[in-house]
Amino acid sequence: MRRYTPKDNVQKKAKYTDRFWVAPQVPREAVEEGSFFEEVVDELKSNSIELLDYYVELGQLVLHINPQDNVKTLKTLKEKKCFKMCSELSAIDYLAQDGEFEIFYQLLNLDKAQRARVLTRIKEDEAIESVVNVYKMANFAEREMYDMFGIYVNNHPYLKRIIMPDDWVGHPLRKTYPLQGDEHAQWYEVDKIFGKEYRDIIGPENRDPARVDRYDTQRFARVGHEVPFGADPELVDKTDTPIESRYSKTFLTDYTTGSKELSERK
Amino acid sequence: MQQPNKLKPFFENLNFERKDNTMVINFGPQHPSAHGQLRLVLELQGEQVVKAYPDIGYLHRGVEKMAENMIYNEFLPTTDRLDYIASTSNNYAFALAVERLLGIEDKVPRRAKVIRTMLLEINRIISHLFFLATHALDVGAMSIFLYAFREREFAMDLMEDYCGARLTHSAVRIGGVPLDLPPGWIESLSNFLNKLPEQIKLYEDLLTENRIWKMRLEDVGVVSKEMAYEWGCTGPMLRGSGIAYDVRKEEPYELYGELDFDIPVTDRCDSYGRYRLYMEEMKESIKILRQLISMYPKTEPKLMAHAPQYISAPKEEIMTQNYALMQHFVLVTQGMRPPKGTVYAPTESPKGELGFFIRSEGEPYAYRLKVRAPSFFHTGLLQDLLVGCYIADVVTIIGSTNIVFGEVDR
Amino acid sequence: MAQHQVNYASAGGLPVVLTSADHLINWGRSNSLWPLTYGLACCAIEMMASGASRFDFDRMGVIFRASPRQADVMILAGTLTKKHAEFTRRLYDQMAEPKWVISMGSCANTGGMFNTYAIVQGVDRIVPVDVYLPGCAPRPETLQYAMMMLQQKIRRESANMNKNKKQRFI
Repeated sequence: MRRYTPKDNVQKKAKYTDRFWVAPQVPREAVEEGSFFEEVVDELKSNSIELLDYYVELGQLVLHINPQDNVKTLKTLKEKKCFKMCSELSAIDYLAQDGEFEIFYQLLNLDKAQRARVLTRIKEDEAIESVVNVYKMANFAEREMYDMFGIYVNNHPYLKRIIMPDDWVGHPLRKTYPLQGDEHAQWYEVDKIFGKEYRDIIGPENRDPARVDRYDTQRFARVGHEVPFGADPELVDKTDTPIESRYSKTFLTDYTTGSKELSERK
Repeated sequence: MQQPNKLKPFFENLNFERKDNTMVINFGPQHPSAHGQLRLVLELQGEQVVKAYPDIGYLHRGVEKMAENMIYNEFLPTTDRLDYIASTSNNYAFALAVERLLGIEDKVPRRAKVIRTMLLEINRIISHLFFLATHALDVGAMSIFLYAFREREFAMDLMEDYCGARLTHSAVRIGGVPLDLPPGWIESLSNFLNKLPEQIKLYEDLLTENRIWKMRLEDVGVVSKEMAYEWGCTGPMLRGSGIAYDVRKEEPYELYGELDFDIPVTDRCDSYGRYRLYMEEMKESIKILRQLISMYPKTEPKLMAHAPQYISAPKEEIMTQNYALMQHFVLVTQGMRPPKGTVYAPTESPKGELGFFIRSEGEPYAYRLKVRAPSFFHTGLLQDLLVGCYIADVVTIIGSTNIVFGEVDR
Repeated sequence: MAQHQVNYASAGGLPVVLTSADHLINWGRSNSLWPLTYGLACCAIEMMASGASRFDFDRMGVIFRASPRQADVMILAGTLTKKHAEFTRRLYDQMAEPKWVISMGSCANTGGMFNTYAIVQGVDRIVPVDVYLPGCAPRPETLQYAMMMLQQKIRRESANMNKNKKQRFI
């Protein structure tokens, strides 16, 4: 029977996990009183932004917000709290677990050298509001997010695939997308350059790094069937007489006599 | 005997005359001064660029997807191929992110820290020399290319003596470094450091007051402060706009907190200012390396952090002690399981702020890994920066932003 | 008639070289191989290094050209992505005959360590390759050796390109 592999997450998984293994959690500290981070939290609260959760993780402030507040939150943080730079913006796929995407905005305050991360979650069929008007760097980053996850971004000036070609099918960083690509990806360059009818001539991709083709007369010698380099494989096959193996012979030990000795010893 | 295929002749470049009197030209993806595989679609009004549209993704290799399918140690050599001009800075940025996630950043032995900082600074020199060589070649100064590559080869010899590879180093491990410095390495490093200032002076004599160089670079590619903030510029692009922010100083990692060095800043905002900045940064790197040479003998010969849950024991212990061998076997075959959580660790790579964002779900495979590559955002800046400049300045600006496409497309 | 016959072998001072046209043409071809600057990824840096001061590719008659129309050899230096594959074929088609291809580095040979959705698993799916060059990244000496191997191959071939029918589909 073929082993069942879940289709909603085709990433590689650990072969063995101990039954009693519980992964520890990176320490999450409460926001210290009187610190800069507390000012940030207070500022957001006073602007009537609902914070679902907030804590400090590895020295960076983490704020969970509702997806509809994202532009307002970033604007407040930028204008009031001097988070002038957004270093990174992308998404994480939680479709298999919750049917949601998690979107993160990594912000930097250059004067105080403090970093904050704004997290928000949207459902699969929802769109997020663009933050290009707050940080222009989001122009490329949101296009990448759209390309890689298929998350629609509202009011983006030019929402188009950026990294994959325009006629690509699928969104590669989703957990349902296999690492080695679906059928469309595997034949992409052949279809584009030579046409679909050339698929049979060119053949499928070799994804096995250890594969040796015995009938390839150009790239690898045919072990035991050596032929001149580049000889026509079809002609070679007709006159194919195996050359006697030059490898050392394997001698089999007669274990039956050995076992007799064993029984005698018993 | 041309074989037939489906590709039709490309008429995009023939779209010269349009009704609004603009011309659309296609720059790249195979262009010798596009620094890799950048494709720019430029709309020209006469000689002036009115609209620039960078098209990237020609070197997208699926590194982030690979990270989700690899154990952490397995992924480390892949980071070499991101910014392939300064590989160790990528290795280090990834190792730092994982170390922060594991909470073993402070457990890294001091000797490993000294070696890592040395390698990072040598990589900075290699990268800056490469920047100078290609930038000058694009602008038209061919001899600088030959001179700068000569010095770069000496620096690469140092890297080769340490780790055996010229380009793809993998010289840093999670939790330390694999090897101690080979005998005689410190002497060859100090020889190199003694020679390098003369060579930097030679480049500066050739370029700094050179009339053609100044004409080509001055007031070209002006990045104002607001632009630098808005587009997420980091590294020399940010400091070239008069904003003094260097991750090494502001959020020190490794030994940068103890070292004495300056951060060159210029408010010229143009390509010429950035060129001066790169030259000054090389001098600061020499200063740092000299301090590290004197720090090295005072350290104990211990190279990997002691954290048995995550990191294999030293080789002698693995060969002699049973439990060390068992743990090593588990760590190699199954991989370490970091705690659940998220980490974003910024480092100052030669190009700018390089950070790895890792979301761990307690599995041996990262749930999500995002590379915050400085070049990606500098490429985004091009669509704003190129507007209004002349077609001849396009290569100057691309050279001056110092983008590497392994990092842009990942 | 016999008195007018010129004996080239004994007439001293005449600059006569007796050789087959194949040798002469191949001598010319193999000693001025002009590659296309086709840097794709990391290997391009080693390709540049082999053209620069220490390794000095010019001494072998190898001068990098930026236009496919002027190039004889295409050095595919680095990872070829599926998005880029179309352009590679286009550039190969634009090169004038005779033309050769060197696939530099494991990414170009087989896809290498990037066994992912975005990478062409071996450039020989797109263009016919003459020399495969292993390594990640190959050192500049390796590239120079590959170029020497290619020169040897050209000298072995017939100058009439139609005779060197490549046993490949493309």
